[in-house]
Formats: sequence, C-alpha cells, structure tokens
Amino acid sequence: MAIAHVSPGTSTHVQPERSGRKVPYLLMLPGLLWLAIFFIYPLINLAETSTKTRATTQETGAFVQTYRFANYIDAFIEYQDQFLRSFMYAFLATVLALAISYPLAYAIAFKSGRYKNILLILVVAPFFTSFLLRTIAWKQILGAEGPVVYVLRTLHLIGPDTTITASSFAVVMGLTYNFLPFMTLPIYASLDRIDPRLLEASGDLYSNGLTTFRKVTVPLSMPGVVAGTLLTFIPAAGDYINAAILGNPTTKMIGNVIDSRFFRIVDYPTAASLSFTLMAAILFLVVVYIRRSGTDELV
Amino acid sequence: MVDLAASATGDLQLRNIRKEFGDFVAVDDLNLTIPKGSFFALLGPSGCGKTTTLRMIAGLEEPTSGTIAVGDTDITYSKPYRRPVNTVFQNYALFPHLTIFENVAFGLRRRGIKDVKEAVEKVLALVELGHLKDRKPGQLSGGQQQRIAVARAIVNRPALLLLDEPLGALDLKLRRQMQIELKWIQTEVGITFVHVTHDQEEAMTMADTIAVMNKGRIEQMGSPVDLYENPETVFVANFLGQSNLIKATVGTNSGAETSVDVQGARIILPTSRNRSAKSSVLVGIRPEKINIHAAGTSTGKNALHDGVVTDISFVGVSTQYQVEMPWKQELMVFEQNDGGAANIRKGDRVTLSWEPNFTFALDSED
Repeated sequence: MAIAHVSPGTSTHVQPERSGRKVPYLLMLPGLLWLAIFFIYPLINLAETSTKTRATTQETGAFVQTYRFANYIDAFIEYQDQFLRSFMYAFLATVLALAISYPLAYAIAFKSGRYKNILLILVVAPFFTSFLLRTIAWKQILGAEGPVVYVLRTLHLIGPDTTITASSFAVVMGLTYNFLPFMTLPIYASLDRIDPRLLEASGDLYSNGLTTFRKVTVPLSMPGVVAGTLLTFIPAAGDYINAAILGNPTTKMIGNVIDSRFFRIVDYPTAASLSFTLMAAILFLVVVYIRRSGTDELV
Repeated sequence: MVDLAASATGDLQLRNIRKEFGDFVAVDDLNLTIPKGSFFALLGPSGCGKTTTLRMIAGLEEPTSGTIAVGDTDITYSKPYRRPVNTVFQNYALFPHLTIFENVAFGLRRRGIKDVKEAVEKVLALVELGHLKDRKPGQLSGGQQQRIAVARAIVNRPALLLLDEPLGALDLKLRRQMQIELKWIQTEVGITFVHVTHDQEEAMTMADTIAVMNKGRIEQMGSPVDLYENPETVFVANFLGQSNLIKATVGTNSGAETSVDVQGARIILPTSRNRSAKSSVLVGIRPEKINIHAAGTSTGKNALHDGVVTDISFVGVSTQYQVEMPWKQELMVFEQNDGGAANIRKGDRVTLSWEPNFTFALDSED
C-alpha cells in the first residue's frame, strides 16, 4: 500500500518533514482497516448477492450469480408501500423530534444556568438502558392499562374501546422518542457555541427578542439542526425494532421487510437489493437536503 | 411610539449612576456630561467600572439608581433597540452567517428601511472596504473586521457611538493606524464617540476629553494634555505616563509659590499646582522634565543632590536613567538623545534638577 512507502526512489536525502507527513496516514490506518474489513468487504459481498438468483436445487439458501439486475425492480415494485411508509414515518418522527428538541436545547443552552450539566445528563440518560428495552417499555406506556390511554379516555378524546398500541401512531412515537437525543445534542451544541455578544449586537442594531431569534439565533444553529435531522432521519428510515414492537402488520417498514427476507424467508438477493435501494434513496435525500439547506460549508 | 433612535440628539448625561452586582459596587455615584460631537474616552484599569458604564449607556445593563439621558430624552430604562446608540463590540461581534454587506445593512433593515444599498455602499467606501462586501466576516483580517464593525454601527447615524476596547485585539502597528483612522472617521461623521479603554496611549491619541476611572468613580476628567500635565490624584499621576512622587512637608507659602521640604532640600512649586490641603504631601515630577548632571553642576531652581545612577536603558528616542536617592527611593529620569546629554555612566554620583513650574503636589493615597 502507498501508505507504507518509505520514500520515492528519486529522493536520496531524507528531509526531516518526511516522517511528519506520514503521521496523519498512520493515524488513519486502524480506521481504514476497520472500514475495509467490516464495511467495504460486506458491501461488495452484498452487491454481489443482490444480483443472484435461487439455485435450481431444493436446498435453502443456495444462490447462483446470474447478474439479474431486475431483482432491484422486482423488489422495489413489490415493497414500494413499505419504502414510502418508512420515509413517511422517519419524516414525521424527525419533524416531531425537531419540534421537541429545539425548545429543549434552547432552554438548556441559554436558560438553565447551573443545571445545564444535569439536564444534559438527563437527555443522554435513556442510553443507559438498551434500545430494545426502552421500546418495549413504550408498549406499556401506550398500552390499554397505561397512563396515556387513561388520560385520553378520561378527557373523552378517545372512546372506551380504542387502543393506541399496534398502530402507526405508536410507531412514530417510538421512533421520535428513541432518536430524540440525536436531535437534541447537536442543536444544543450549536446553540451553546453562539457568542452572546452576537445577540447583544443584534439588539443594539434595533432587533427585538423575536427578530434576534429569527435573524441570528436560528441561522447560527442551522448546522446543529441539519446534523440533528440527519442523525434522526437516517437511522429512523432504516429502523425495524419500533415497527416490530409497537406496530401491526400494516405498519411494516422497509427494515422489517429486509429483516424477514434475510432471516426468516432466507431470500438473500431480495434483501440485498432492498438494502442497496434504501441506501441509495437515503443518500439521494440527504444530498438534496444539504444542498437546499445551504449549510454544506457549515456541516 | 416615538422612534428614539431617530429623534434624540444632544449631550449624553449620566446623573448619579450607581450599579451594584450583589455586594460589589461596580459604578459608584457617577456624574458625567459628554458633549455632543466629542470624542470621549473612559480610561481605567480592568474592573474600574468603565465597561459597566458603557453597557448601561448601551442598555445592556440597567443602573441600580440614577438616570441616563441624551439631550432631553431619558433613556435609562429604554430597551437597547430603542436607543439612539450603537456599539462597536470588543472582538467586533460581526454576524458570521451574513456577508459584509448584510452585516452593515442589518440595522437599517431592522428599522424597516427598504433601499439600503446606497447608505451601505457609502459607509463601506468611508472605511475603504467596498470591494469586500460579498465576503463573510471570517474571511477578513482583524483590522478589516474592526472597520466593518465601525461601519455597521455608524451607518445607522446614531446620536452616540460606543466603542468597547475597539483596538484591543489588534497588533501594535495596526492599532496605531486604526487610532488615526477612527479619529478621522469621527471628524468625518460628527457622531459623539464614547470610547472605553485601559490603554492610556490609545485614549490620549484619539480622545479630546478623557475621564479617568478607578474603583467605580471618576478620578479626573479633562483634555489629554491637562490630565498629563496637571494630575490631581496619585492614581492619575501613575496611570497616565510615569511620575516620580516623593514625600515632602509643606513649608512657606508666598502667594504664587509654595516651598516644600524634601529630605532637607527646598523644592518650589506654583501654589496652584498644590492639590493637597495637608502639611504632608507627595511632590510629583515627570521623568522627562528632570535634567541629570554630574554631581554639583546643577543650574535649575529645584535640585536634589547625591543621587547614584543604578541603571541606564537606551530606548532610541530617549535614555532612561534610574537614580537611587540617599533616602533609598529610585527616581526615573528620561533624557532626550539630542546629543546634549551628559556622559553619565552607571554608578556615577549625580544631581537632578528641574523647573519649579513642572512640579506638582498631591494628597498621599493613605
């Protein structure tokens, strides 16, 4: 590999900077190796699998390479509803998480005083419990005997027999909750970085509080908003645990389809092509989003 | 609603201003009138209350008691955005997400002015940075950012421009250049500038009136020359330039002249320059006013004998002598390097002399 070269053949005297220049590459080496073994290699493998077809033998899990790119089209046509639903749910969860996180992050950054660190720990606290357990706990919270249903019934907002588990509502709630810290923390970080003198300068230049918020605070927190929405939307779009635990058969997301194709039906080519399609779709949306938000230089 | 930002003009008046932060008194019964159109400096060490005073004028702090007025308009409790005041912040506080043009246009747009192009370009031309209007603040040097901060404030034509240590972040050469430039801009636009600094040279170069602040109070106010030549307190004598202050006992007063006794030597000063009513005073003389001679050759009226030169440093325009007097006090003497200086070496026995008119006497601080 180029990284290991000592010096190009032409140079005879070794300059002292030479070794210094190699340091960044050496530092990157463990990461690159990790990516090569655990990301690039499986990705190539997955790409290869995605164009295979089932072998004529009756053995399960036997596939032969036929370069059948139509796998992609077939898989997409069959599961377009789940694709669309995944992006819808992920979008709704992102919007909800943003609506909850921005005021929260704002309060922590500007109004919390000496409670700042405690509040930040509370934001991260859910991570001390496993993702799976937290999602199962939501099943309890939203369950027929749970507090949410009780309050809604008492207020006559839902009928006595209505339940809210096993619904798309529950799935979106679960997604919102589970990815909330990923939204809150980057927004907090960018709000906290704002120099208070910029807010004073805005007031000095005839802005009232609301105008200062719109013209200074919000634009300067955009890098955090963009990072937060991406960190929420991307994993939410590929998530399958929330839909599996809090949903019903009609709320299946694309992650659930990939999961069942891989591990239950053992249809590797379809699962692989769905995975690639999901990756491409997310990449496309992310690029469009970053372009449109105009923060590519800030991210 | 009256648009104060447009209507109020006149002298800035601070009356009995007091500001407490908990138990700490930052500003203590401050009275100040800053005439319209002047370049005024609040000079003092850090923690003297000068920045707090500025922030109260800007509306970023509320005084505990007292009033602030521009002309006849009381602005003590007005919101910052309702005041005819703009600020050039320390480190400039330019909006990093906006272009230079939009930074300068910010105040005009907030006041609902639609056509800002002409005003913005005019003020950018004034600070000679019109060619940078599409850049972002991060792409500008410190000196350029400083000028944009001034442009962003004066484009609004405030009655008052506040400058909070505006040159603190610049290197010495650039600072000198900006001092001259700021003074020129002030003359050009005719807005009252109130400038806060701890740098006496900066204050003396730019301001036409300086108020020296210490411990929340104004020690003395006047023109740079006045403050330097006629300091009224020990603090002012030491904060603006250097002073030799020697303990003395007041002797006879012959009307125009007063004589004092310094360790047995008779020193004469104009009675008007004796700021103390006590019998024990500090006699002051600036280092550059003193002449240094080989022992016994003095010609001046005021003379102190038997000093020993303990240190000599050559600083280009002058040579600085440190002279130890018989009572173990070190005095500073600056001699201009004009070829006339005596050939004095370290360890030489010398006599120091000066004109009585340059002598002053102050209350000792304790």
